[in-house]
Amino acid sequence: MSQAPSKPTVYGLVAEYPTPEALLKAAEQVRDAGYTRVDALTPFPVHGIVDALGLPKSKMAGLVLGGAIAGALVGFAMQTYLSVFQYPHITTGRPLFSWPNFIPVIFECTVLFAGLTAFVGMLVRNNLPRPYHPVFAAPRVENTTTSTFMIVVEAADPKFELNGTEAFLRKTGADFVGVAPFEESGADQDDGPLMN
Amino acid sequence: MSAPVTDKSMGHVEIAEVVDLRHTYDSATDKINNVILTKKTPMGLTIIMGVCFLIVGLLMTTITKLVSTGIGIWGNNQPVAWAFDIINFVWWIGIGHAGTLISAILFLFRQEWRTSINRFAEAMTIFAVMCAGLFPLLHTGRPWLAYWLFPIPNVMQMWPQFRSPLMWDVFAVSTYFTVSALFWYTGLIPDLASLRDRAKTKVAKIITGIAAMGWRGSARHWQRYEIIYLLLAGLSTPLVVSVHSIVSLDFAVSQLPGWHTTIFPPYFVAGAIYSGFAMVLTLAIPVRKFFGFKDLITQKHLDAMSKVMLATGLIVLYGYAMEAFIALVYSANPHEEFLMKNRMFGPYAWSYWLLILCNGVIPQLLWLKRVRMHTLTLWFITIVINIGMWLERFVILVTTLHRDFLPSSWGMYAPTKWDIAMFIGTVGFFGFMMCLFIRFIPMIAGFELRELLHKKKTPHH
Repeated sequence: MSQAPSKPTVYGLVAEYPTPEALLKAAEQVRDAGYTRVDALTPFPVHGIVDALGLPKSKMAGLVLGGAIAGALVGFAMQTYLSVFQYPHITTGRPLFSWPNFIPVIFECTVLFAGLTAFVGMLVRNNLPRPYHPVFAAPRVENTTTSTFMIVVEAADPKFELNGTEAFLRKTGADFVGVAPFEESGADQDDGPLMN
Repeated sequence: MSAPVTDKSMGHVEIAEVVDLRHTYDSATDKINNVILTKKTPMGLTIIMGVCFLIVGLLMTTITKLVSTGIGIWGNNQPVAWAFDIINFVWWIGIGHAGTLISAILFLFRQEWRTSINRFAEAMTIFAVMCAGLFPLLHTGRPWLAYWLFPIPNVMQMWPQFRSPLMWDVFAVSTYFTVSALFWYTGLIPDLASLRDRAKTKVAKIITGIAAMGWRGSARHWQRYEIIYLLLAGLSTPLVVSVHSIVSLDFAVSQLPGWHTTIFPPYFVAGAIYSGFAMVLTLAIPVRKFFGFKDLITQKHLDAMSKVMLATGLIVLYGYAMEAFIALVYSANPHEEFLMKNRMFGPYAWSYWLLILCNGVIPQLLWLKRVRMHTLTLWFITIVINIGMWLERFVILVTTLHRDFLPSSWGMYAPTKWDIAMFIGTVGFFGFMMCLFIRFIPMIAGFELRELLHKKKTPHH
């Protein structure tokens, strides 16, 4: 962050909805109103929310495919190098480069690498582990991991204007609209890169 | 959502749906979380945990004796060089397979009855694989040198032999364990977050806060989460088939009659699923009763699992019939023929016929809806299947090895007290881990349950 004379004191606004349907309807209005630095907090994956909020599509699948291909290549290269060049021993009369025997380990390496890529990739791309996030300071946010649905509009959004946005969110059918403040120290103001 | 639930009978009476629709997101989540977020451990759970802990002590004693003395304390020797250690290894690995099947394959097929039992079954997988891994590890005789099994540069300039199925096993089982653990933890993250937000004590908040890694249910996060959850399910599906196929190759790649057969991989995989579902039911039936979870793990779940057991049981029975047919009629190989006759009428004939009774005959009761609906009968059948699947591996190993090609080298096998102690010890370890799991980890996948409730309650689906 640059040393601006007045640090922002508000991370953003949160608006709470009772059902996924209400959330989706509101999300479309938020998107159509031109807000871009937005997010939703939900207790289970809500289908259609990515399009409703206008969020970019994830590229995780390609990453995992890369992991799988790397695993297959590592499995094949390791066995070929070790069995043919590094430690050439004839066993059960098979040729040194007996590739059909390498298939099970190649398969296992493929799955192992792809699985690790998926798990680690999901965490890294999601900026997790991240024990604290400014949105945790918002009122009633603790219910979003159980029963309620929230839309978050960040103060960093170019269209954000505290009173105007608050009034707008109320009109989208929110049960409740609240402010997510920054800590007074300002230590939590770095939101990290917004990854897609 | 509808008004809070006040009906006290909920969870104690049987229902036919996959979930009691009177539940709200809150009531369902709280029901799962309340088992954990309390200082009170149910007395029954404490007692079972205590008994299991004593058996873990037996396991530790056995391992100490084994490592300090050597594997000579076991009953296996020439000609039966593989016995309890491999029987138990295959049995435990097989039990684990139902967990992956429920969590991965049924997820891909969008089976609603998978929710509520997947977390439980995945935990079972992980602990079963831990028990399984102990046996080959200790059978090496010098477990501190187990790293020789992995391709690690060493001063002896020696490398693993990748043409051996035993080596494939090392890769298959370790990959299986790793990917199962990742899948399990991935599923847990959102539930740990809801546990964090409901925790009342500081200690509970800190522990769940660290474990949940800051999950906040962001739409961006869910998007990636769902993709990798689907991919992990897709990866686990061929993985689970490969693991038991490779385990069966430990036998099938050898040249011994009774082992050297192409039907082993499919018949092992079916058997694994069979025994795994039996174990899930053995554990789930008491848990749903004692914790009042009949509204979440319903009669419908039990019914569906019984049907899977019936189907896989028939595949296994077909496998036994095919084995006999190939050996006695089709192969025209005198060694195969002798093996099968010895298996059916030799000194270990009791184990073969007991196996047919446990795995082939008694489970046919599951054809009857009345039996599937009667939880106590069902529970006994699952125990019988567990015993039957253990006997299957006993029959495959011991009857094949004890009389091979040369009558001069024939022999008999009997386990020693240490063999039995080790087996019982792993059962205790498994039970102990399951008790810890039930007490400290959400045993039902909360976010999937909420998603299911939403789907069931919204008319347009």
